[in-house]
Amino acid sequence: MVNLIVNGADFKVEAENGMPLLWAIREQCGLTGTKFGCGIAQCGACTVHVDGRPVRSCITPASSVEGKQITTIEGIAPDKDTLHIVQQAWIEEQTPQCGYCQSGQIMSAVALLNENPTPTDAEIDQAMSGNICRCGMYCRIKSAIKNASQTIQSASTL
Amino acid sequence: MIGIAIRPGNRASKVAGLIGKEGETVMNIWLKIAPDNTVTAIIPHAEMGQGVHTALAMMLADEMDADWSKVKFQEAPAAKEYANYAVAKGFIAGNADFPKFLEGTIDGIFLTAVKSMNFQITGGSASVRFTGQYAMRIAGAAAKSMLIQAAADTWNVAPEELRVDKSIINHPSSKRSATFGELAEAAAKVKEPKQPELKSQDEFTIMGTSKPRFDIPAKVTGEAKFGIDAVVPGMKYATIKAAPVFGSKVKSVDTTISISQSGVKKILNMGNAVAVVADGYWQSKMALDTLSIEFETTENDQINQEDIFAGYRKAMDTALSEGDLEKHLKSGDVKEAFENAVNVIEAEYQLPFLAHATMEPMNCTAWVHEGKCELWCGSQNPLGVRAEIAELLEMDLENVTVHNQLLGGGFGRRSETDVIKQAVLIARELDFPVKLIWSREEDTQHDVYREATISRMKAGLDESGQPIAYDHQFIFKHHPPEAADIPYDIPNQLIQYSSPKSFVPWGNWRSVDHSTHGFLTESFIDEMAHAAKQDPLSYRRNLTKNDARFQKVLDLVQEKSNWASPLPANWGRGIAIAQSFGSIVAEVAEVEVNVEGKVKVHRVVCAVDAGFAIHPDGFIAQMESGIIYGLAAAMTGEITIENGAVVQGNFHDYPVTRMEDAPKIETYILNSGNPPGGAGEPSTPLIAPAVTNAIFNAIGIRVRQLPISKNDLRLSIRPTT
Repeated sequence: MVNLIVNGADFKVEAENGMPLLWAIREQCGLTGTKFGCGIAQCGACTVHVDGRPVRSCITPASSVEGKQITTIEGIAPDKDTLHIVQQAWIEEQTPQCGYCQSGQIMSAVALLNENPTPTDAEIDQAMSGNICRCGMYCRIKSAIKNASQTIQSASTL
Repeated sequence: MIGIAIRPGNRASKVAGLIGKEGETVMNIWLKIAPDNTVTAIIPHAEMGQGVHTALAMMLADEMDADWSKVKFQEAPAAKEYANYAVAKGFIAGNADFPKFLEGTIDGIFLTAVKSMNFQITGGSASVRFTGQYAMRIAGAAAKSMLIQAAADTWNVAPEELRVDKSIINHPSSKRSATFGELAEAAAKVKEPKQPELKSQDEFTIMGTSKPRFDIPAKVTGEAKFGIDAVVPGMKYATIKAAPVFGSKVKSVDTTISISQSGVKKILNMGNAVAVVADGYWQSKMALDTLSIEFETTENDQINQEDIFAGYRKAMDTALSEGDLEKHLKSGDVKEAFENAVNVIEAEYQLPFLAHATMEPMNCTAWVHEGKCELWCGSQNPLGVRAEIAELLEMDLENVTVHNQLLGGGFGRRSETDVIKQAVLIARELDFPVKLIWSREEDTQHDVYREATISRMKAGLDESGQPIAYDHQFIFKHHPPEAADIPYDIPNQLIQYSSPKSFVPWGNWRSVDHSTHGFLTESFIDEMAHAAKQDPLSYRRNLTKNDARFQKVLDLVQEKSNWASPLPANWGRGIAIAQSFGSIVAEVAEVEVNVEGKVKVHRVVCAVDAGFAIHPDGFIAQMESGIIYGLAAAMTGEITIENGAVVQGNFHDYPVTRMEDAPKIETYILNSGNPPGGAGEPSTPLIAPAVTNAIFNAIGIRVRQLPISKNDLRLSIRPTT
């Protein structure tokens, strides 16, 4: 048994044989927003935060993050009636198409903006290079990150 | 106003039980109205991010003059009543413009054909063009007319005195009004009009605007449910390993070791694959990976990619010498025209197999119990799934239920049923539901692939550089049938093809045959322009003089790309244009090739005659998507066969475009007044030739083999000018 703290809640999961965090979150915590894409940290669909840093949950053993603060796409909104600034920007820019990669994209974007609220294009490229979107919505993902960045800046100057 | 015949017979009563809830009025099979005045459009198409649920609801709502804020959608059940006759009609007949007097009969014939074909497909960039135009708009217009008649009857006034505004019917002179919701029950009893009047484009109020898509909010919160997210109480998980060589079978599998591993419930030898059922995906996959499986040897075991291409060349040579090439098109006298030509150019092109690589790996949840089968999957053809599974299990169609989920990418892959059949065959051996998930490696190595092809092209030019003869031979013809046609005015043409045996499974890949012919035609016309020492864009313009739509798209892309403006050294611009799926798209790519031969696409300008873009922002998003999908294939996309099996397995060896490689894309839409064109596919075929033509423009090397990464483009080997 491994004790996980996901979005502030405690879960006891079976995670033998190096079971990655991804499968514990999806199958045992019942949070299906985090997606399986490649299993080898190539596509970013499984991105979650561990103590605020983005990690690929498909190659992170669940046992290695016991007791740490794990955040998934379901846990980033400030409350159930309010979206995160980044989620809001994603809607304003009408970013997703099929949407399957978007949880991972958003988690990477939130981590980027937490570190660097005013990223340049090159910094966005670098931070997002691990997240594949087969619908090819990279222009819109970038626009949405800039949109969120502006919202953060205008909020901080109030 | 346009009159379009409606099919005789009201099918609403048959489907009321399928789609209606307590208190709702089912007006016809495509729409229902609730007492709170909401209108729900019933959409017979799968959502994979193309925005079909929103766009089709807009088409219905506009004709109805509904209040958009009170319009909802519901995906149609996988039922025969929703067999997509309009889509099939477009596919089979090639276009949607039928002479009016034929419609009643044609509709009847096609509906019958399609119902027996169990056809409810989302593909061919056809949803708006056919279902939207021929079902949604007519349903909305018919409902509006019935609601007006109901109000007229209630108030005892003439229908002509009534006005409809945002889901409210008004009688201005008596200041009476009633909502759709209040009138629905009475309206449903009114006879359906035979010829509901449709709006002309200048009367649209909802079509042509970019309403926020219905599917987006759930996709930013993680709440959106894809096939892989289905949760059925008591379900277990399965993984599978199919014989790596196509056509091979399992010879033996040692099941004794792994069954003792924790959580493993069952190991199944399925003939051509081995599946493991366990408590979770990880337990299942770990056990599968430790199984020792032996596969039968087959005649394909020694076949490598170069053998396949050599086989194609040989097949073409043999067919040519024996006169066995199949004719695609013959016009004029090609032989004589080549004799008269002053300049003859020839080229051979080669294109690789391509995988779909949808973000969501193939999966399906199945439960076979008490003579019934329930399925949870994301399918482009849920009714087809029902029919095939019913046949597989020898059940009545009524006993198979498909709960269609969102699709994490389709691109043609999810019109197949292979993974669904596997899940069903596993579930049949179990007394609980099972979710089968393919690993990325399984997904890459057991796809149905875009065809690899060899193409030989030859053109004869006269003294002014005008082409007078065109000869094209290629391998495999699938669909659409017109894909190998060229838009250029060349009087003598011979287009032929050969269909050799192939053991690599074929499937629809975004834009299907246009994905190959877009590259072939648009590369070779560029070679002709170069041979004629003419500007490639002007050359295309001169050869499409009789097509006003092409001329306008070329003008637009020329202007927006700033075509003639100078570029730095080792930069180039390339153009490609084609008509596919009812839209005419031109793309200009701006690329840079560095000294090591690395290609960077900086900017793509896309101009499109969309006919009429129902949802302009969605149309632009589809153009962007198709360009990036095609760019990934052009730059690095290649599936190779070694010893009868696919070499590539995951995104490290089947790389796709990432953000840092994605160009800036500018899309410009022309609404030409024609019927709406397709959006999902028409931008894909053109990005490869736009980029390779730009490479030629930049460094003088002609790329005739895709992917571009196979070509040596280093400074040291470039021709000196």
